[in-house]
Amino acid sequence: MTMTRATQAKLWYAQRLSAMVLAGCVIVHLGVIVYATRSGLSAGALLARTRGNVAFAVFYGVFVLACAVHAPLGLRAVAHEWLHWRGGAADAVWATFALALVATGMRAVYAVTAS
Amino acid sequence: MSASFAIRARSHPAWWAFAVHRVSGVLLALFLPLHFWALAQALDGAAALDAFLRFAERPWVRLAEWGLVVLLALHLTGGVRLLLIEFGPWRGLRKDWIAMTAGAGVVAGLAYALALTR
Repeated sequence: MTMTRATQAKLWYAQRLSAMVLAGCVIVHLGVIVYATRSGLSAGALLARTRGNVAFAVFYGVFVLACAVHAPLGLRAVAHEWLHWRGGAADAVWATFALALVATGMRAVYAVTAS
Repeated sequence: MSASFAIRARSHPAWWAFAVHRVSGVLLALFLPLHFWALAQALDGAAALDAFLRFAERPWVRLAEWGLVVLLALHLTGGVRLLLIEFGPWRGLRKDWIAMTAGAGVVAGLAYALALTR
């Protein structure tokens, strides 16, 4: 099954729009990484700051969704260009990868923020 | 593409920017499931997450983490460059942003290394 040009264009835009969201998320995330590492990496200290933290949960929920759009589309483009792997079966794999990222990512956010 | 064209293309900073962006993107995408799995250890309590954090103190894991932080900074800055090329009001290859991408990688690498050695 070949994808229509309109669908291809929508996927291209989804890749760019998710990139714009991720640009902001990654700047904040790099700051969080350095701050958390400086503060000492222990589960107690980390979870004390994240559990029950709604802003943290919302921010990382958005981050996960943007990753779930961006990463599979990026891998799809690379697989197409470098491995010539494309078509319905390939797209089914990338769609499954996207859903798996949503599920495991949201599970991770829940794991560290649920109080 | 002839061999001489391929070599000429690769001697251009924009080709290296493309290569770094692509390789960093693939590695970061493949790392995501592992990252989510590690964080989900907290579902089994703080002790389970601590067990993973102790594992992550091994030098080779720290080195891999450091590499991922650098790759994230490179992919971020290189990605902003691509967005500026595609959506920005300017023309050209934004070579200044290629330099900034390398700079961001250095800054993130040093900041994370310093945080580790606090």
